[in-house]
Amino acid sequence: MRTALIVDDSAVIRKVARRILETANLQVSDAEDGETALALCMAEMPDVILLDWTMPKMDGYEFLKALRASPGGGQPKVLFCTTENDVGAIARALHGGADEYIMKPFDRDILMTKLEQVGLGREAHAA
Amino acid sequence: MSDVAFDFLRVYLKERSGLALGPEKLYLIESRLGPVCRRFGLASLADLCTALRMHRAGVEQAVVEAMTTNETFFFRDRVPFDMFRDVLLPRAITARAGTRRLRIWSAASSSGQEPYSLAMLLREAAPRLAGWHVEIVATDLSTEMLEKAKAGLYSHFEVQRGLPAQLLVKHFTQVGDRWRIDPGLGGMIDFRQLNLLQPFDQLGAFDIVFCRNVLIYFDMATKSDVLHRIAKSLAPDGAVLLGAAETVIGLTDALVPDGGHRGLYRKGVVASPAFQAAPLRAAV
Repeated sequence: MRTALIVDDSAVIRKVARRILETANLQVSDAEDGETALALCMAEMPDVILLDWTMPKMDGYEFLKALRASPGGGQPKVLFCTTENDVGAIARALHGGADEYIMKPFDRDILMTKLEQVGLGREAHAA
Repeated sequence: MSDVAFDFLRVYLKERSGLALGPEKLYLIESRLGPVCRRFGLASLADLCTALRMHRAGVEQAVVEAMTTNETFFFRDRVPFDMFRDVLLPRAITARAGTRRLRIWSAASSSGQEPYSLAMLLREAAPRLAGWHVEIVATDLSTEMLEKAKAGLYSHFEVQRGLPAQLLVKHFTQVGDRWRIDPGLGGMIDFRQLNLLQPFDQLGAFDIVFCRNVLIYFDMATKSDVLHRIAKSLAPDGAVLLGAAETVIGLTDALVPDGGHRGLYRKGVVASPAFQAAPLRAAV
């Protein structure tokens, strides 16, 4: 089964996103900051990471840079999922190694189509 | 709603837009035409029927548009657009190397996401199309949808459904909480109002036709007729893309499946619509 990691300091977002990702047949874990998420990734790289930007301890962008610099860290598909909704932030995230970008608020359709865009939606569903 | 009003609206909509409505769609009429009644100060659907019979200005277009489903998003279903980029465009670049002209029709363009998706792919292929005249004709029944398409302004929900973030950054600018597509892409598209039930010979011949997720709302005879006429408007080596739930099988011989590409059709033997011919064959 494919795995997903939700990294967000909002318990509500973690709960909503988990519900959606589980319907896509993904095994979901979560973390409320970048530092905890990085430790989880070092133990086992997930297939996809849903990543908030502004978080305590380590923000999403710092997490992404650290992830991509670590062994095997190029493998997970990273989808930023944030209220940083300006074009500059999106460009910076993509340049920093994000695969996709979701602007909050989002809904199930958006998350599912973004998963498909990184090659995980239908695949994960069929798995 | 009375049976008389339902029957009138069912026949009326079938004639005007091809929409096939069974009794199970009663709720759809009530939910969508209620707001039209309020807009024109009509007390009931029976009054709306009277207004339609009397050809009250604006009512017909409002009713037809309210009953039209405008569900769409950028790169919807992805596969047809991959096919356009990877199969149809390379094929056309070879086949049209002499004339360097390419005409594409988005036959039910709704709020513009389909033709703009095609324009983005063509922009990406620009180095291979230098010196070419490429035209996208985008038609829709709804003038309201065409105006939205021409404006090229989309909500943050709309730009996130199907549109890769890379293309958002590349082809859109932020206008408050909305996103405006590059007007240069709009300049590649000729938006026109068209009812597919009416003749469309005036649009000329096309190399590639996208007619997706519109035939599903029509009855068999209407589907057959529209497909037959699309085939007539197609270049001899042209291609038609239908929606995932649509097919030509049992409807026309004028289009046939193109190889192993699901949803892709090419010109077949142009004959009478299969749907009309079937009873004769059955009689034999």
